[in-house]
Amino acid sequence: MYRYDEFDHAFVSARVEQFKDQVERRLSGELTEEQFRPLRLMNGVYLQLHAYMLRVAVPYGTLSSRQMHKLAHIARRYDRGYGHFTTRQNIQYNWPALKDIPAVLDELASVEMHALQTSGNCIRNVTADHFAGAAADEVGDPRPYAEILRQWSSMHPEFSYLPRKFKIAVTGADRDRAAIQVHDIGLHLKKNEAGELGFAVYVGGGQGRTPMVAKKIRDFLPVEDLLTYTTAIVRVYNLSGRRDNKYKARIKILVHETGTEEITRQIEAEWQAIKETDLKLPQEDVDAIDTYFAPPNLVQRPEGWSGLAAARKADHAFSAWVDQNVTPHKNPDYGVVTISLKPIGGIPGDATDAQMDLVADIAEKFSYDEIRVSHEQNLVLPHVAIADLRIVYDLLLTDGLATANAGLITDIISCPGLDYCALATARSIPVAQRISERFGNPERQADIGELKLKISGCINACGHHHVGHIGILGVEKKGEELYQISLGGSGDEICTIGDITGRGFSSEEIVDAIETIVDRYLEIRTDKEETFLATYRRVGAAPFKDALYSEVANAA
Amino acid sequence: MSVKVLTANRLTDGEVVWLGANGEWLEHIDGALIARHAEAVDALEEAGKSAIKSNLVIDVNVIDVEERGTDLYPVRLRERIRQLGPTIRLDLGKQAEKPKAA
Ligand code: HEM
Ligand code: SF4
Repeated sequence: MYRYDEFDHAFVSARVEQFKDQVERRLSGELTEEQFRPLRLMNGVYLQLHAYMLRVAVPYGTLSSRQMHKLAHIARRYDRGYGHFTTRQNIQYNWPALKDIPAVLDELASVEMHALQTSGNCIRNVTADHFAGAAADEVGDPRPYAEILRQWSSMHPEFSYLPRKFKIAVTGADRDRAAIQVHDIGLHLKKNEAGELGFAVYVGGGQGRTPMVAKKIRDFLPVEDLLTYTTAIVRVYNLSGRRDNKYKARIKILVHETGTEEITRQIEAEWQAIKETDLKLPQEDVDAIDTYFAPPNLVQRPEGWSGLAAARKADHAFSAWVDQNVTPHKNPDYGVVTISLKPIGGIPGDATDAQMDLVADIAEKFSYDEIRVSHEQNLVLPHVAIADLRIVYDLLLTDGLATANAGLITDIISCPGLDYCALATARSIPVAQRISERFGNPERQADIGELKLKISGCINACGHHHVGHIGILGVEKKGEELYQISLGGSGDEICTIGDITGRGFSSEEIVDAIETIVDRYLEIRTDKEETFLATYRRVGAAPFKDALYSEVANAA
Repeated sequence: MSVKVLTANRLTDGEVVWLGANGEWLEHIDGALIARHAEAVDALEEAGKSAIKSNLVIDVNVIDVEERGTDLYPVRLRERIRQLGPTIRLDLGKQAEKPKAA
């Protein structure tokens, strides 16, 4: 697996030293908050409602056991015994003291981790498919390219003061698990007819207050052109992106205001000028990075299948977990295990230090030392032998980590909302908890089938509500929390932004409203195979609006 | 009727604090300096500016509170959550502190 090279090591250490000094100068009063704020943000330190928050990057969501143990240790020693895994494949600590943060960064650096570029108007932590390197349907591992982009973008002098933040996501399968079409740049790794690897390139997607689906500007970009083409895109954005208005500064607005055709023309023109420069990737460089991500040498374990059938028969709960949380691996003797961080009624994405240690131990023994963080706020064990599923399940069960709900209605994405976040207009976690409880019955959830419910506590949309099959946005109206519902969003390869149903619902009403929508879906779906999203796409919003607003009117 | 108090986060650890009638930054809202009229609010704002200059606190804001008996009750939910802690983790934040023995 990839290890930091000496360059990374030196530069992360230098940065920690620098920040240590900056914190000291801040605490002694030598630096004012105005001077210090941009410096702390560059190192992932925010101020939330109750305390500072430290956001730690997990590049393309890949962690080793050693790194996960370190995250647990930090939670225990410097925080309140837990961390929050986010939709950006990061982990956030909610209670660090400013004076301790340099020590935390030192600890992180000792396992090749950091908090750089988790904030500010730079190219942020590059995200990737959380099943990368393992999924049966993968064309190529997206992580080497995410890593090439990370190396190229880290402290990139030309691109450290962009008009606004810039997010890149890479997927390596036709099934998009990285929501690439709602990123500033989305890259879909694929093969052309000659069997060569390249990317479909999407530009100008985003969420926030102006959600937009990215436009495809190139169907096939050879791998060797990855950095030249990306440079051309970011350069055009850097020059022409708006700086007069923060809300209009993302590349999505530039693409929208300029028009896809014209922006593509500008990007292509810029690209022609730099196409043959030294940013062109020699195959040897790609190969060298590829070797960091070489798949582990998986031992043949064909004995797993016969035992599995018996174990499933003997234990219904285990069987449900296998159905829901284990997905096909490239190697038929193995499976990809999703560890749900969504216990029924729990806080989406939170994990205690003990849970992190447990996952690290399990990964070390049963998943070739590899762990992934998904943008759906779950953890993943990418390489578990079918023969080991039972024991892994039993171990997960010991600390509440075996909830069989991946992809179901209780696998809710929720941002921290008003319980933590200084920008929030309403709480999101308690709504997630109540919905989870309402639909917690395993048979009921399984009957409802795949349904992605996502909640944000303000229009910034950190909880991806725009691309939820059901999205919930919390706002403040006349001093009260009010929740708007949108339907039919999707962050996968057929990407759509959800449609707002109409007037919002109070905190008391919102869970009933969601149930009304789900009940209507169950009534009108053609059969169990037709998912909520498919039904919505077939019938549109009308039947759901009817159910929502006539019922509420009747009840009133 | 609502009155106003001054709140902030402490520089060193981000702890939520309120400006006390004694001029100190307090970890609890009880004892906060209350502004009941426009001049007093101006004075709070001035105090906020100088507190920022003296690097004790950050993110200083004047907020609305109601006087309910002897208690101060922040008008906005946001401020009530700052006063107590996350509503979903009653074991964290100020709400988790043991009540002081009388
Ligand atoms: C202190 C806490 C946070 C702050 C201050 C914050 C701030 C913001 C802001 C201002 C935006 C809007 C950007 C725009 O529209 O240009 C945004 C978007 C976003 N944030 Fe956060 N956020 C916070 C926590 C989180 C968390 C916890 C997550 C992950 C669960 C997250 C992930 C995202 C994502 C995925 C987007 C939307 C994608 C996009 O940039 O278009 N953020 N955030
Ligand atoms: S969506 Fe709003 S409330 Fe939620 S984390 Fe983002 S900024 Fe905070």
